[in-house]
Amino acid sequence: MPDMQQIINFIITIGIPVVVLLSFILANAMYLQLMERKVLAHMQSRLGPMRTGWHGLLQPVADAVKFMFKEDIIPAKADKWVFSLAPLIFLVMAFGAFVAIPFGPDTVIFGRTVHLWVSNLNIGVLYIVALAGIGTYGVIMAGWASNNKYSLMGGFRSAAQMISYEIPMAFAIVTVALMAGSLNLTEIVQAQSQKWFIIVFPVGPVAFFLYLIAGVAETNRAPFDLPEAESELVAGYFTEYSGIRFGIFYMAEYMNMMIVSLLASIMFLGGWMPVQIFPKLLGGIPPISWINTALAAIPPTLWLLAKLYFFIFFYMWIRATLPRYRYDQLMTIAWKILLPISLGTLLVAAFMKQAGWM
Amino acid sequence: MTPGSYLPGHFLPVAIFLFVGIAVGVGMLVFSRLVSPRRPYREKLMTYESGITPFSDAHQKFSIRYYIIAMLFLIFDIEAVFLYPWAVAYDRIGLYGLVEMVIFIIILLVGYVYAWKKGALEWE
Amino acid sequence: MINQLIFAYFAAVIVVSAVLVITRKNPVHSVMFMLLLFFHIAGVFVLLNAEFLAAVQLIVYAGAILILFLFVVILLSVERESQAARANRFWPWLAGFGLIIAGEIALLVLRGSFPGEGKMAVQVAGAGVRDLGVVLYSKFLVPFEISSVILLVGLIGAVMLAKKKTNE
Repeated sequence: MPDMQQIINFIITIGIPVVVLLSFILANAMYLQLMERKVLAHMQSRLGPMRTGWHGLLQPVADAVKFMFKEDIIPAKADKWVFSLAPLIFLVMAFGAFVAIPFGPDTVIFGRTVHLWVSNLNIGVLYIVALAGIGTYGVIMAGWASNNKYSLMGGFRSAAQMISYEIPMAFAIVTVALMAGSLNLTEIVQAQSQKWFIIVFPVGPVAFFLYLIAGVAETNRAPFDLPEAESELVAGYFTEYSGIRFGIFYMAEYMNMMIVSLLASIMFLGGWMPVQIFPKLLGGIPPISWINTALAAIPPTLWLLAKLYFFIFFYMWIRATLPRYRYDQLMTIAWKILLPISLGTLLVAAFMKQAGWM
Repeated sequence: MTPGSYLPGHFLPVAIFLFVGIAVGVGMLVFSRLVSPRRPYREKLMTYESGITPFSDAHQKFSIRYYIIAMLFLIFDIEAVFLYPWAVAYDRIGLYGLVEMVIFIIILLVGYVYAWKKGALEWE
Repeated sequence: MINQLIFAYFAAVIVVSAVLVITRKNPVHSVMFMLLLFFHIAGVFVLLNAEFLAAVQLIVYAGAILILFLFVVILLSVERESQAARANRFWPWLAGFGLIIAGEIALLVLRGSFPGEGKMAVQVAGAGVRDLGVVLYSKFLVPFEISSVILLVGLIGAVMLAKKKTNE
């Protein structure tokens, strides 16, 4: 019979983190849509949503209500079960990945040491990679179950693109694991306390760049948003989806984007470590040392969030800037350019570590 | 420690969170089901095909290129899986490990070059 | 007690979904149940403290091999297959073979002794990925290098097969 203390302990160590993380994810999944519309609008000299609330601040709520109250159509020729299951798989895989993300170092809140993660997995990175790989099923299943030519084409293209870019991404992650000597995300951040991995020349910037490109392709975003190329494939694998199921796909895409951005911040930009201006070179000189002290005083979690939103803004920025690639170009980039470069980067990193240059 | 007595404690939150994820998804579907209208008719349930009546089934034989991509992916994914423990244990196995892995990668590179030369990486 | 209940859940789902995999008429549905099966096998690995193997189970089996299955099943357009008869005239023979193999396994489990019995398999090598890496890349060097040759053969075979098809 568990006593009162155990139950309270369970609520504090697991219950509260789960609830906090859940609300964080859902709020972001809703409001990133508004952010994207606003950012794109201002880049194109428009205003974006303005009517619902102050500067469209209630637009996500209106969208959510609309998704809920719209008719959810399942086409007569569709495979009903697989059609219904596909968005769920996509959502749960995007959602589950957040468990392994550490949002900061151990912090003392109300006289208690609190971990800012839900679960500190030793195989953190692998866990996220595994879930991301299974997310591919959502895409193929949706495409196949719709029994629509556009959906099937879109699903296949999307899946082939996702698996192709998973390879360079995996090699970039292995490079980070090699530099950090761990797959645990907290340890990866701690390994960067002296030097962020992005400035470990020459492998750091290359691996970061590879990861960034692969990340954009993995999340099916512009300029790699071929599966959703409306001029040729209507809406790709979710052409036949409407109402709440469409909403679920939409939200899950933003969650995937957050995961990729969080991983980029954690693996290359020092996670929750603060930005410092040349700490070794100029750190002692007064005006710079004051700025460095001020920057270091900002709470770590805010640093991680700042990096997260920077990456998300970057994604929106390139969507507004770059035209879409052709599908054969997309495949050539993955298999003939990124794959050899990523493998080479990994070997160079191994050589450097062996020679003690790192 | 005897078999069956071990409980991986740090996976408990993972299980709970995956369960919460499923609950959120199903909850949204159920709620939408309760509040959304349902007025199906034949034309509405028809497959979308840019305004024309759909002809033939969408499930037809597909291009073999996707199969090659999936096969290549499988090979390189397994290679990546071998690399993870190697990378983590690298500071303990050192030069020995580096030489081993270089041999491993070179053997696979032979296959990669072969696939490239044969045009399997081409998307024609 | 609770861990045995969890194991029982995983084992039950594994058996049920395995049966569903081979009894579904639509191959795509079979693949879906196989995904469920792989997930729960990963769960059993987690219970054995083999978290790296659990991740590999998901990455390689669920994330790569099963994707290949799904591609092939969809590419070959399964609807026609699923209308064919479920069993051909050899089924009594096949069922017989299956029974013999099942009997052998049962005999092995009941009578045989296993070298690692009483210990957790992964305790020998340590639970961490690091220990696994050290053992794999020092003690099991030759099998590791041979596996690369096997992968090479698979790669070349795939290219050969696929290219022959397109040249026709």
